Order: sequence, then C-alpha cells, then structure tokens
Amino acid sequence: MTERLIFEHSRPGRRAFAQAPASAPAVDDLPANLKRESALGLPEVSELDVVRHYTRLSQLNFSIDTHFYPLGSCTMKYNPRACNTLASLPGFLNRHPLAPASHSQGMLACFHDLQEILKTVTGMSAVSLTPMAGAQGEFTGVAMIKAYHEARGDTERNEILVPDAAHGTNPATAVMCGCKVVEIPTDADGDVDIEALRAKVGPKTAGIMLTNPSTLGVFEQDILEISKMIHEAGGLLYYDGANLNAILGKVRPGDMGFDVIHMNLHKTFSTPHGGGGPGSGAVGVSKRLRDFMPIPVVGREGEGKSARYRWLTEKDVPNTIGRVSTFMGNAGVLLRAYVYARLLGREGMTRVSEFATLNSNYLMARLKQAGFEVAFPDRRASHEFIVTLKKQKQQLDVTATDFAKRLLDYGYHAPTIYFPLLVPECFLIEPTETESRETLDGFVDAMVAIWNEAKADAATLKNAPVSLPVRRLDEVAAAKSLDLKYEPADDARSAA
Amino acid sequence: MSDIPNELSYTKSHEWVANDGDGTVTVGITEYAQGSLGDLVFVELPETGTKFAVGDPVAVVESVKAASDIYAPVDGEIVEVNEELADSPERVNEDPFGEGWLFKMTVDNTEQLSDLLDAEAYGDIVEAEED
Repeated sequence: MTERLIFEHSRPGRRAFAQAPASAPAVDDLPANLKRESALGLPEVSELDVVRHYTRLSQLNFSIDTHFYPLGSCTMKYNPRACNTLASLPGFLNRHPLAPASHSQGMLACFHDLQEILKTVTGMSAVSLTPMAGAQGEFTGVAMIKAYHEARGDTERNEILVPDAAHGTNPATAVMCGCKVVEIPTDADGDVDIEALRAKVGPKTAGIMLTNPSTLGVFEQDILEISKMIHEAGGLLYYDGANLNAILGKVRPGDMGFDVIHMNLHKTFSTPHGGGGPGSGAVGVSKRLRDFMPIPVVGREGEGKSARYRWLTEKDVPNTIGRVSTFMGNAGVLLRAYVYARLLGREGMTRVSEFATLNSNYLMARLKQAGFEVAFPDRRASHEFIVTLKKQKQQLDVTATDFAKRLLDYGYHAPTIYFPLLVPECFLIEPTETESRETLDGFVDAMVAIWNEAKADAATLKNAPVSLPVRRLDEVAAAKSLDLKYEPADDARSAA
Repeated sequence: MSDIPNELSYTKSHEWVANDGDGTVTVGITEYAQGSLGDLVFVELPETGTKFAVGDPVAVVESVKAASDIYAPVDGEIVEVNEELADSPERVNEDPFGEGWLFKMTVDNTEQLSDLLDAEAYGDIVEAEED
C-alpha cells in the first residue's frame, strides 16, 4: 500500500465547503504591491479526500505505538498516555507565556517540583530546565564550564577531553564553545583508556565529557578514578545524559563526581517528540557551577501553603551565562516529564532502570545463545548492548544494513546501526523497560530467521524491505541529490 | 584481503602516501578504508597553502554511515587538492589509489617518510582489524 501526495489528489474546483469560513474577512485595504498575483497552489480536495489521505498516512507509521522499537530511550520510549492527558489540562494549555508569575503559581510549582526531583535523581546541587533539547543542554553545560574557569582567571584552559566512543555532539559542542577537542581512546573492555587519559590531562584541561554507561553499553568501571584525576588537574566533568535511563534511582552522576549533566527529558522522561523536537535538555550542576546557571530558574519562597514561586533572574544569579531560550524551554515537554516522574515516584524510578537493564541483558543473552556475536561479551550490558554482524558480513556478505532492512519486513523497527563507530557492522540494541518477554523473544526469532535466510539466499536480504510502501532507498543519491520541492508530473492531473 | 600496492606507504589511520619525488607526496585513503566507510557522499578538502603538522586532521570524508577525519601523514603545506571530488566523491570508492586521491602536500621533514608503514606492515594492521 502506498499513498500519493495530497497534491496528487487535487482536482480543479474540488472543495470542502463545510470547512470553509462562513464569512471571509475583507482584505481590500492591503497595498497592491503586497497582494499575490497568482493562485496559492494549494491542493483542491474534498473533505473525504483529506480524511482518507491522512488516515492512510497514519496507518503507514512504523512507530512505538505499532511496533517494537529497539532504538529505545536513545530515540523515544513509550509515552504513557496519562502524561499527555494531564499536561493538556486547560489551565496549562491555555496559559499565555507572558502571564505574570502571580497568575502562574500552579505551573511554576510543577516546574519547581520537577527541578527538585531531578536534583534528587541525579545528585546535583541545582537544576535549570530552560535548554530546549539535548544539544542545547550540552552547549549550556560546556558554556558554564568555560565561564567557571574564566571567572577564576584560569583562561588557559581550552581543552575538552572526549572519548572516541562519544556521541558526535560532544566534540561538536566543545568546538561550538571555542574549545579544542582532545580524543581519548577506549580500551579492550570498552572503558576509557586510563593511561592514555592520564597522558592528556594537564593545565590546559577545561573538562571531560563522558557518557556513563557509555555508548558501548557498559558502565565506566574507573569512573571515580577518572573524576579524581580530572578534578586534581583543575578540570570539570560533564555528564552526557543520553544513557541516564540505565541508572535512574541506582547511581547518581553527582556521586560519581560530575559537575554538570544534561538530561534528555524528552527521552529518559518519556515525552512524545518527532524528529527534531520539541525536546528538553535540562541541566543539573554541582556547587561549583551554581552561580553560572542559565536563567530563568524557578525559585520558591516560603513553605507549604504559603509557598510562592517566581522566576529567578540576573539579580538572583549575577554570574549566569544568560538565557539559552525564550521563556522556559519547552513548557509542555517539561510538564509531561513532571507527570511521568510523579507517576513513577521514587520506587518506580528505580524499577525503570532495573527493567530496562534486565530486558537488555535478557535480549543479549538470548541473541548470544542463538550464535550472534556480542561486542563486549565479558561485560554486563547496561540498558543497551551491541551486536556485531562482522562474521555475517565476512561469511555471507550481508551487512548490518541488510539485517536492519529485513527486520522491517518482520514487523520490527531496526535498532541503531553503525553507531558507535568503533564496532564494525554493529547493532546497538535498546529494548527499554516497557517491553514484554514475548516481544523480546519475537525479536530474537526474527533475527535468527533473517540469519537463516541469509545462509539460504543472501539476495532476499539485499532487496529488503519488500513488504513496505517504500523499498530499499538509495542512500547515496538521497544524501547527494536532495529533492525537496514537489513538482507535479505532467500527467499528474490527468492520472486516475 | 583488500588491495595494498607495494609501491605506496601507509599510515595506521588508513591513508596511503605516494612519494612524488619532487618534495611532495600525494595522499588518499586505502581500498580497505573506502570499503569500511561505504559509499562516500561528501569529501571536504583543505585550502591550498594551509600548513599541517603530522597527525593533524586535514580533510573529512563522509559516507552514508559516518564522517571520518583524514590526517596529515607528514608535516607540510597543501599544494593541490583533488577538485573533482567535490562533484564526484564516488571516485574515492571506485579508484581509491588512482583518481580518488585527496591532496598533495610538501614534505618539510623527509625523515617522517621513513616513519610510514610499508605495504606488509599495513597489511598486518588490516588483517588484525578484519579478525
């Protein structure tokens, strides 16, 4: 089943009269030079055309609401419906962003509570909710590290250490903040190479950016030694919150010695978002960085029923790095994250990471049993783990891409492929806490079936997916010759 | 086992280096490197006249899978870049040791040339990575 563009359904003169405004406002006073001379080029369709078109499109979705989605919290976990419902209460939904604090006490109370919850979960000293997404949270974090050194007159520190397993955003952030990236290799167990790190740490070290558990799906075993080494050299530690889902309620970045952390609330705290947003990259800081936090932060005066909330500004945080977004970040995302945290409570928060890790280790063990090669077989998986299909590529000439595309035919969204770059032909699999054992078993069965197909006839995989409206895409052409503008084919209007 | 011509020198990071005999070297990426990266969609080359020290990132090759830095094999100045790659990065995939060359640079310190790997030593590295 495929679906044509709405423009291809267009027929001259076709209208949806019931949807048209009863009276069109007069625009006769527009200056002539501002008026369009040609028609707008909108599709001309009936109401039923529109309903069917978008209903069919929605049925083509391959999403977490319809399929197992082992991209996990790296992309999007299941979003509990209650969060959406409560965040959509009219009092939240209809609040004007410029409404004064005196008229926004309920919303501010929620945000203050969320700040407190995140402080407790991460072990940090203060939290600012204002960054709009992960990348902005990272930028905010490193900007604070820079501001900290500059405030101390420590202006020579311009090197940010980044492990080679890091997310690409880490070195990009360091460069955006005017720092130099120093790459640290990974040892055979997937940890940061401590001796190599020791050789690179020095008086120019501004800080280190770490993801823990790392992108390799393992917990950094020497984290306390690393944090001691960096602090002794005068640097600070940045925690990339991408994998926070693995440790919620178990260990805290603050206790590991981190000075700043960004949290992807739209991922770890389960709020719906499409490609590109809306997100939330809330940051938590240690005592060292409290003075540099981005504003606004929600402050509270008084306790209990007499508590009053207000926005903290430059007056309250004089050394702030300033504003990184207008208003309060993505307020709707923050509210959903708040409801999610409240629904879970302290115990539930811990169970998230327990079940995420259990599901991941179960899936890893079952795939290993089925003969798949795990990248770090001696390490316990965190909430995610890596399978390398190097053997399959060498023996059968089928790649991670081929497996990924064929999984779609079996009704499973593909996991992350070819990341981290250190592992050849890799699958980075993150099942998350909400999947049942039956679903995980079904995924293993599909992986085994695909491997058997590859042994019998690799061509089956090379053509996959065969059951979806869009078949194998030419990724090179897609990247090189962008085709972004719709041009009606000559016969589009006359086609049936 | 991928093609590793004997007459070239190599780096651990999978660049090949051809001594042009006139005080410059031509640099590209190996057959193995292009195979691991997959189809290239973009090659970012340096400005001629830019100076680099050995190990500095000089260029970027981007495939459908990943973007990778290309490092200077020696200290020197860029004297020519392969302009054709701007429109046809696929040349690197099709002919990595020939039409897919990336840049030419001067050799400030000829001793650094002897630090490069010969075909046999580079072959061992590739073999180790393929295991």
